[in-house]
Amino acid sequence: MITFMNNSDSEEEPCNERTSLMSAESPSVPSYQDGLQASEAGEAQAHRKRRTGSSRSPNNIADGEMSESGVPVRESTLENEEEELTLKYGAKHVIMLFVPVTLCMIVVVATIKSVRFYTEKNGQLIYTPFSEDTPSVGQRLLNSVLNTIIMISVIVVMTVFLVLLYKYRCYKFIHGWLILSSLMLLFLFTYIYLGEVLKTYNVAMDYPTLFLVIWNFGAVGMICIHWKGPLQLQQAYLIMISALMALVFIKYLPEWSAWVILGAISIYDLMAVLCPKGPLRMLVETAQERNEPIFPALIYSSAMMWTVGMAKPDTAARGPSQQTWDAAEDGRENHRSPSHGDSQMSETRSPVPTRPITSLEELEEEERGVKLGLGDFIFYSVLVGKAAATASGDWNTTLACFVAILIGLCLTLLLLAVFKKALPALPISITFGLVFYFSTDNLVRPFMDTLASHQLYI
Amino acid sequence: TGSVVVLTCTAGAVVPVPPRSLSCRAFFWLVSLLLSSLIWFITVKASDPRDELLQKGLLIFGVMFSVLLQEAFRFLYYKLLRKAIEGLVALSEDGCSPISIQQMAYVAGVGFGLMSGTFSMINLLADALGPGTTGIHGDSQLYFLTSAFMTMVLIFLHTFWGILFFHGCEHRRWWEIIAVVIMHLAVSGSTFCNPLYMGSLVPSYLLMATAATWAYLLSGGSAQNLRRFLLCKSCSVIGTGDPVGSSGYLDQCWGGERVPRGLEQGHHSLGCQTRGDAGVWGHGQVVASPGGSE
Repeated sequence: MITFMNNSDSEEEPCNERTSLMSAESPSVPSYQDGLQASEAGEAQAHRKRRTGSSRSPNNIADGEMSESGVPVRESTLENEEEELTLKYGAKHVIMLFVPVTLCMIVVVATIKSVRFYTEKNGQLIYTPFSEDTPSVGQRLLNSVLNTIIMISVIVVMTVFLVLLYKYRCYKFIHGWLILSSLMLLFLFTYIYLGEVLKTYNVAMDYPTLFLVIWNFGAVGMICIHWKGPLQLQQAYLIMISALMALVFIKYLPEWSAWVILGAISIYDLMAVLCPKGPLRMLVETAQERNEPIFPALIYSSAMMWTVGMAKPDTAARGPSQQTWDAAEDGRENHRSPSHGDSQMSETRSPVPTRPITSLEELEEEERGVKLGLGDFIFYSVLVGKAAATASGDWNTTLACFVAILIGLCLTLLLLAVFKKALPALPISITFGLVFYFSTDNLVRPFMDTLASHQLYI
Repeated sequence: TGSVVVLTCTAGAVVPVPPRSLSCRAFFWLVSLLLSSLIWFITVKASDPRDELLQKGLLIFGVMFSVLLQEAFRFLYYKLLRKAIEGLVALSEDGCSPISIQQMAYVAGVGFGLMSGTFSMINLLADALGPGTTGIHGDSQLYFLTSAFMTMVLIFLHTFWGILFFHGCEHRRWWEIIAVVIMHLAVSGSTFCNPLYMGSLVPSYLLMATAATWAYLLSGGSAQNLRRFLLCKSCSVIGTGDPVGSSGYLDQCWGGERVPRGLEQGHHSLGCQTRGDAGVWGHGQVVASPGGSE
C-alpha cells in the first residue's frame, strides 16, 4: 500500500479542481476534431468575439457592456425566447448528464458488489493517517474528523497550487502533471482493476495478452483525453477513470472518514466555487478571460463546444460565412441529431445551405452541452459505492442514494439554467445523498425487511 | 427467477419516459416512504418488542399510514406539475404546453410504480441469486413467483392510479381521488392475506382490470378505438375522444389535442405544438403530425 502513497501526490490533484459544474456559456472549447480546427479557426475567432458579446455571460463585465450596446429593441422578446429555450433545453442537458453519471455509478456499484478486493480493508492512504479501529465511539469520531481535516487541507493546497500555476501561465508544468496522473490512472489502476476482476471470475490471462490489452487501453485513453478523439470515446474514458478513482477512494478511505470527507468536500466545493476569492472560481474566471478551455483531463463535457453564432440574432452584423455555417448546422439540427451525436456534426462540417435559418437560439442550445467536473463524478460514485459497500448488503440504500444524487444534479442544473454561471455540483447532491443514506439505512431498511418477510405491499 | 425479472421488466418497459421526470417521481415516492418508515420506527422503538400482536398491529398501522402518505405525495406532485405546466404555458407562444397533463399523469404513475416495484423487488432479486432454498422452513414455495406477480400488478396499478388521480384533481372530481385512495388501501390490505395468495392476488388483478378500463375511458378511449387499433394498424387517424371535462384552460390541452381550425373531427395532433413531439397516449400508436400548420 506504500506504493499508492507515493503516487497519490499526482493522483490527488485531478480530483480537486474537477469539482465545478460550469454552464456551457463559459469558455468556448475548440473542437477536438482533427482538421476542423484549422478550417474553423478564422470563423471561430469571429464567433468567439461575438459570443462574448452575447447577453448570456454575466461573469464578464466587459461582455455585459458589449451586450448593452447591442440591439436593445429585441432584448425583451429575446429574453422570453431565451427563457423558454432554457427551460426546454435544460431538460436535454439534464439527460445529457444523467447518462454518464448513471453509468459511472453503475460501474462502481457493479464492481463493489462483485469484486471482493474493493471492500477489503488493506490499509489507508497517507492522507488519512488516523486509524478507525479504536474501541470508543468518541475516539473514532475524533479520528475521522482529523482525517477529514488533513484530506481537505491537502485538496485545498493542491487546488491553490494549480490555480497559481494557471495564473502564472506555467502550462507545461500543469500539462505534465495532468499527463502523469492520467498515465497512472490509465495504466496502473487499470492493471490492478483488471487483475482483480479476473481473479474474481477466475479467468486466466497470460501476461502478453494482458500487456497488449493494457497498453492499447492506456494509449488510446491518453490520446483521447489529452489530444483528440471521438467525443463518445473521450466521454467513455473520462467515465472510466472517474470510476477507477472512486474505487480507490472507496477502498482506502475508512468508513466514518469517508462520510465526513464527503460532507466536508461539498462545503469546500460550495465555498471554492461561489466565494469571490475561491480557487475554483478564479480558475474558471481566468479561463474565461483568456478565452481558453479548462484542461480536457479535468472536465467532462456532454457536447462539443462549437463556437456557434451568438444568442442575439444580430443578423445585420453577421457575415455570409457564418450564415452558411449556421444554416447547415440548423439543417442538421432539424434532422434531430441525438444529444451525443455532435460528433456527427463534426464529421460533416462542410456547410451547404439547404434550409433557411429558422431559430438560431434553438441551434445554440442544442450545440451547447453542459460540463461537469470529473471530481463530481468521482464523489458521487464514492457516495453510492460506499452505500453499496457498507449498507449491510442492502440494495434499497444504494438505490435511494442513487435517486437522491440524480435529483440533486437535476436541481443543480435547474439552478444553473437560472443563474447562468459556474455552480458547484457537489453540495445539493451530496447532501441529499447523505441524508438518504443514513435515513434509508436506519429507518427504511427495517421497515422494508419486515414488510418483505410478511410479504406485505405498500 | 427468470420469470421474476421478466415480469418486473414488462411492467416497466411499456413506453420510454423521460428519465428526469422519472427520477423526480421516484424521489417523491422515496420521501413518502422515508417519512412513513420514520413513523413506524418510532412506534416500534416506543413499544414492547416482545408483544407479537402489538408488533403486527403496528405493522398494519405502518402500512396504512404509508399508503396514505404516498397518496398525499402524489397530490403534492400533482401540484408541482401543475405549476410547472402553467409556467410552460405562460412561456409558450400559443397557450399550449408541449407536454400535456395527461402525459404527465401517465409518467407520474409509471414513476411511482417503478420505484415502488423496484424497492419491493430488488432485495428479493439479489437473494434469488443465492441458493435455491425457498420455502425450506415451511413457508410458501411460491414466494418468488407471487412476489413477482404482486409487484407487477402494483406497478400497473400505480400507473393507472396516477392517471385517475390526476384526472380527478384536474377536474375537481373528488370521488375519483377517494376511489384511488380506497383502492390502494384495499390492495395493500389484501396483501395481509399472504401467504393465502388467493386472497391477495385475485382481488388485486380484478382491481387492476377495473382501474385499467377506467383510466382508458378517461383518456378518451372507447371500444371503437380499441377495435380500430387492433384491426387497422396502418391507420394514421385515431378516432376522436371527446375532450373530457370542461374546466380550466388547460382542458384543450388535456389530450394534447387542439381543435384544429377547418379540419374535421377525427384528426388530432398529439402534443399541441408539433415540434416532432410524438406521444403515445392510450392507443399505442404514435402519430407525429407534420409541421406547425395545425
